Amino acid sequence: MDVVYFAWVRERIGVPREQVETSAATVAELVEELKARDARYEAAFADPSALRVALIRICRILTPLLRGYVKSPFSRR
Amino acid sequence: MKVLVQDADFDLGRQSDAFAAGAAGAGAVVTFTGVVRDADAGGLVAMEIEHYPAMTQKALEAIAAEAMTRWSLVDALVIHRYGRLVPGERIMMVATAARHRKDAFEAAEYLMDYLKSRAPFWKKEILADGAADWVAAKSEDEDALIRW
Repeated sequence: MDVVYFAWVRERIGVPREQVETSAATVAELVEELKARDARYEAAFADPSALRVALIRICRILTPLLRGYVKSPFSRR
Repeated sequence: MKVLVQDADFDLGRQSDAFAAGAAGAGAVVTFTGVVRDADAGGLVAMEIEHYPAMTQKALEAIAAEAMTRWSLVDALVIHRYGRLVPGERIMMVATAARHRKDAFEAAEYLMDYLKSRAPFWKKEILADGAADWVAAKSEDEDALIRW
């Protein structure tokens, strides 16, 4: 999946976006996987309450239009 | 309903006039303008506003559409800038037009509260001593959403 970082998360990790191979079922699981990588990620995701996440899904043409994207109460700063 | 996300400044008078002129049937037009606060003790030199282009327009349109649904509005306008802004510069404006002022005022406040907390913008303050820090979320901004 393509992951895009903003603001201080981007600055702490050091890259604006990257491809991530993951089997995480939730955003929280993905964050835990990333945190385990190294100190930069650990620092970037140290306080999940200060984060906001947007999930943009590319789907098949017949997928019901429930929502274009799902936003969870996550990153911010 | 119109949403503009841009780095360029905007002419407040012309935008307000054009908005009011196009709001046929309105008896009330409310505008609000956000300005980069001038340096106080901290010595703010500039504010850098970052956003996520793929999402910003859609998110702002969703907020404006919700305001159009909740209040009896003739029209709504949102302009939000990004990039490096110095104290005194305009950051954003909202305008609402309605038959009656209560709808226009309330919808403008709703737009402001939601833009502050739910639009995908990040603000970095650059201080005179060279320090720079991202603006943290304020609990009062979240609290402001509760009343809606």
